[in-house]
Amino acid sequence: MSIIRYQPPQTLAFSGFDRLSNLRDELDTLFEMPFWSNFGRQSQLFSGWSPALDLYQNNDNVVARVELPGMRKEDIEISLQDGMLTIAGERKSETPEGEKAERTERYVGKFRRSVSLPTQVDANKVMANYRDGILTVTLPKAEEAKPKQIKVDVA
Amino acid sequence: METLVRENRNADQRRAEQLVTPLASVVEDTDAYLLKVEMPGVNKEGLEISVENNELTITGRRSLAQIEGTLIHRESRPENFRRGFELDPSIDTSKISARMDQGILTLTLPKAEEVKPRKITVS
Repeated sequence: MSIIRYQPPQTLAFSGFDRLSNLRDELDTLFEMPFWSNFGRQSQLFSGWSPALDLYQNNDNVVARVELPGMRKEDIEISLQDGMLTIAGERKSETPEGEKAERTERYVGKFRRSVSLPTQVDANKVMANYRDGILTVTLPKAEEAKPKQIKVDVA
Repeated sequence: METLVRENRNADQRRAEQLVTPLASVVEDTDAYLLKVEMPGVNKEGLEISVENNELTITGRRSLAQIEGTLIHRESRPENFRRGFELDPSIDTSKISARMDQGILTLTLPKAEEVKPRKITVS
């Protein structure tokens, strides 16, 4: 299905309208992505910092990937309870005293994201890695949740 | 003083390559401006920074490891980043330095000597 893309009026293009430029990206997403894909996504324009979270699964693992640019490892908190993975943390303001913030669009403060996992996982073997501002959490599936292949010998 | 780093938008170019605008912040210090740009998933190799006629253009291409398996929930966007800024003439473009750390690009844009505040002592 093709949709004719909305052409924003040129008046939006002048400087100082950074919020609008983000809004424009949001609107572009709305038009370009399938309708359902925006369903779980909260717009950061209104809710503060809500880092994007992706969830994958394969035979052995459930993998969560979260965009958390500019965090310190120590400030990221990962917890698992009742089949719910929660990633929380806080980004502290980096503006030293005496400097004035000219303009900022970046979020500081706390965030918390929770996602319910599709299967049972082995809580003791969860691994996390933080690189290039991306947090990857690998949660090995519990033995009983792994898909099993049953061999049937044909006589 | 107020217009240090003005943004340039080239919508057509962005569209052609499917680029999104990264979030940024600018802080002014006595000697320099600090420009921070959020580009999660981008490392040093994926960065392209150019200054031409006082126009600073930053492009960040993500290099994310492919995760095996099926995607069951997605909120991230696959697009790469680009943002342009018009630099104030008071910035010494030959001395711009850049650092990339955990998805945050920090550019230090030093002010030219002649515009730095100077203390004049009266004797």
